[in-house]
Amino acid sequence: MAENILEMKNIIKEFPGVKALNNVNFSVEKGEIHALVGENGAGKSTLMKVLSGVHPFGSYEGDIIIGGEVKAFNGIKDSEESKVAIIYQELALVKEMNIVENIFLGNEIKKHGIINWNEAINKTKKVLAEVGLKDNPLSKIVNLGIGKQQLIEIAKAISKNIDILILDEPTAALTESESDNLLIIIKELRNKGVSCVYISHKLNEVIDVADTITVLRDGQTITSFANDETINEEKIISLMVGRELTTRFPRVEHTPGDVVLEVNNLNVYSEEITDKKIINNVSFKARKGEIVGISGLMGAGRTEMAMSLFGAYGSNVSGKVKLDGAEFKIKGPRESIEKGLCYLSEDRKANGLVLMMDIKENISLASLEKVCKNMMINSNEEMKVANEYVKKLLIKTPSIEQNVNNLSGGNQQKVVLAKWLLAGPKVLILDEPTRGIDVGAKFEIYNIMNELVKAGVSIIMISSELPEVLGMSDRILVMNNGEIKAELGYKDVSQEKVMHYATGGK
Amino acid sequence: MIGQIKTAVKNNIRQYTMIIALISIMIIFTILTGGTFMTSRNLSNLFIQTSYIAILASGIVWVIVAGHIDLSIGSVVGFTGAIAAILQVNFHMNTVFALFITLLVGVLIGLWQGYWVAYRNVPAFIVTLAGMMVFKGTLLGVTNGATIAPLNPSFKAIGNGYIPNIGNTGIHLTTLLIGIAAIVIYNFVEIKKRNERVNYQFEVLSMPLQIVKMSAVSIAIALFFSIMVMYKGMPWSIVIVIIVALIYSFITYKTPFGRHVYAIGGNTEAAKLSGINIKQRNLLIFVSMGVLGALGGAIYAARLNAASAQAGNGLELEVIASAIIGGTSTLGGEGTIIGAIIGALVMATLNNGMSLMDVQPTWQYIVKGMILLLAVWVDISTRKGK
Repeated sequence: MAENILEMKNIIKEFPGVKALNNVNFSVEKGEIHALVGENGAGKSTLMKVLSGVHPFGSYEGDIIIGGEVKAFNGIKDSEESKVAIIYQELALVKEMNIVENIFLGNEIKKHGIINWNEAINKTKKVLAEVGLKDNPLSKIVNLGIGKQQLIEIAKAISKNIDILILDEPTAALTESESDNLLIIIKELRNKGVSCVYISHKLNEVIDVADTITVLRDGQTITSFANDETINEEKIISLMVGRELTTRFPRVEHTPGDVVLEVNNLNVYSEEITDKKIINNVSFKARKGEIVGISGLMGAGRTEMAMSLFGAYGSNVSGKVKLDGAEFKIKGPRESIEKGLCYLSEDRKANGLVLMMDIKENISLASLEKVCKNMMINSNEEMKVANEYVKKLLIKTPSIEQNVNNLSGGNQQKVVLAKWLLAGPKVLILDEPTRGIDVGAKFEIYNIMNELVKAGVSIIMISSELPEVLGMSDRILVMNNGEIKAELGYKDVSQEKVMHYATGGK
Repeated sequence: MIGQIKTAVKNNIRQYTMIIALISIMIIFTILTGGTFMTSRNLSNLFIQTSYIAILASGIVWVIVAGHIDLSIGSVVGFTGAIAAILQVNFHMNTVFALFITLLVGVLIGLWQGYWVAYRNVPAFIVTLAGMMVFKGTLLGVTNGATIAPLNPSFKAIGNGYIPNIGNTGIHLTTLLIGIAAIVIYNFVEIKKRNERVNYQFEVLSMPLQIVKMSAVSIAIALFFSIMVMYKGMPWSIVIVIIVALIYSFITYKTPFGRHVYAIGGNTEAAKLSGINIKQRNLLIFVSMGVLGALGGAIYAARLNAASAQAGNGLELEVIASAIIGGTSTLGGEGTIIGAIIGALVMATLNNGMSLMDVQPTWQYIVKGMILLLAVWVDISTRKGK
């Protein structure tokens, strides 16, 4: 058995009112990929923040032992000196700077206080090669895709000669092929002796890449085990949530009614480059009481299609849209909401929530007139309505006056969902409704979707997770390059079939 | 019950720290000036000195909360004050009409700046920096560099006058009656709110706590009015400040518009996708600022009983500082009208107290600058703890 390069012993971390970590033990061997899994709020990120010094020494109990030595980190600088690097879900690159500047940011190669760019560029080329990139070191980050940016973060870590690399949800925003590439690179790093701590909700990746898996639940280490043939997703999930999930998708037979949304020949041009066509002749129908899934790879135009229907994206939008039998002129979000077309955005923090507002204010934001009397907000009515949704959607919070900033991802998503439910939609477009939230909350959101459909709402669900699209939709539209390539019923569909069309197959 | 006190303190911690800071500064000046500061005469003057800053600070709260800034306030105050003066001196217009047209000019200024910010996407910093220069130019143009005076006596009263006394006694009876009415109305509204909450079966303060809260606020109102009762009565400018504060607080908390302002500052993208008409909202925010700028300009001119080319110079910095000391976040999304008014009182108290102590302007500026820095630092560090 290889030596433990890292040991975290009996870590306890308390926040006011919550014990985020309760006696966690976690150890990583040299040269292994160690996956850390658990529901949101299980304590994964907190544990990694303790390890990287974001939560400084003294603010937690327990010991961090690296290479046999007890460490006391007071910041990221300290942990980096002990050759630990962390890469967050939200990338921390300076967009307007080039690759070299980013890689050596705060760590510049200098002689007498002056930066030696030539050496920096040479070193950058070397580390870029290690992550399989051939880009010009002087390209600006803005001009690179999100997948490449992720690799540059890793290159930056490698340039510091680290022993332990922590990756927090590295593939959340990546396409399938980008993810595959990333996993290969992580494996290569392991073979060179770097230990990786890999945090991910994508269990298929975890099973693919990990040597060891540790499961956290409610701030405690549940178990640590070697990843061998006997391990499968269902098994890990049951450990994460502490209960056997019989089905991951609560498939309910829907009985679709009349067509409520009819889109004919929708054409949309890019907002930034106005002669670039983003959506090309898209036509489809959505019925009352059904879930239409929209699948496709990143950049296929799914979000742009939905947002342009909602009136929040695109230039030169043309096409005929009918909502509930009447012609629907795309004007803007206000008019769409009033007519019963709502859009839940894919990035809840950036586009969905006002983080510094509380739960009730976020829920009422899109339909304030519903809690108004004589043009005035009736705060009691607002609280009543918000309380109803908190109960109905099982939002876990001590009070509706809690800032949404303090909620977990799953509960935040439910707040956005509540906002749109209060608006009373006929057609509800959900863009990545379960991205980055834990299995339990996902399941609850699926149940809510089924209830809505039963009540006659038409749901259009955009999702990058194939099992989700396959598990929840009645019909699946596959998009590629701004067009709808196929429409598939859920009974005769397979992941392979969807991928075939999504990658442009005929 | 202790739990309730705890949550009440926690939810309003920022308001409380501001009030405590204000009171401590007042106590310090009372000691340093040997009691001169705490006389009703001085405090009454202090309120008048605060008035136009308080009005302007109330106006800039929405601007800053929505993520903008207004650097043109000083120039707008000077320019609109000059308009008010010219209408009276050169055109012999009566006070009501002159005031009306001045406010209308404020609306136009707001429409102009708001248009560029909202519909032409020019950052407010640039638009209002340009406005600062433009309106300084128009001010010079309309005044020809000269001082325009004197103003109508009734106009002057907006800045310096007091409401008429219906009694002939030594105390100011009208002010006393208004004070009593204010206390009655406050308690009535508070009880009504409590009953409504009970009807909705929400948690309410326990009865003893409710009584403590109502008594405390009633005493505060009584103290505030007694200062004015004991001097010359309630100044017109304070009447205006109170009306502005009530209207603006009402709009902020009770109307969709107010909520939208905070949503735009908190997350513009989420606000847009929630169907909020951001452009129109931004335009209205600047129109509101224009109107209050003109109102501030009128009071400013009335106080000086003149308009001059120098009027309002650098005022925007004092106004922005007041709002920020009062808890308005420079990042947008957070801030209150009452906080801004308390912030204005802090600034005015510093001015007043240091003047009483004969502190040189050199030190006055340095002290005010350091207090601003300190206030924001305290705010940031307490917020981190949450």
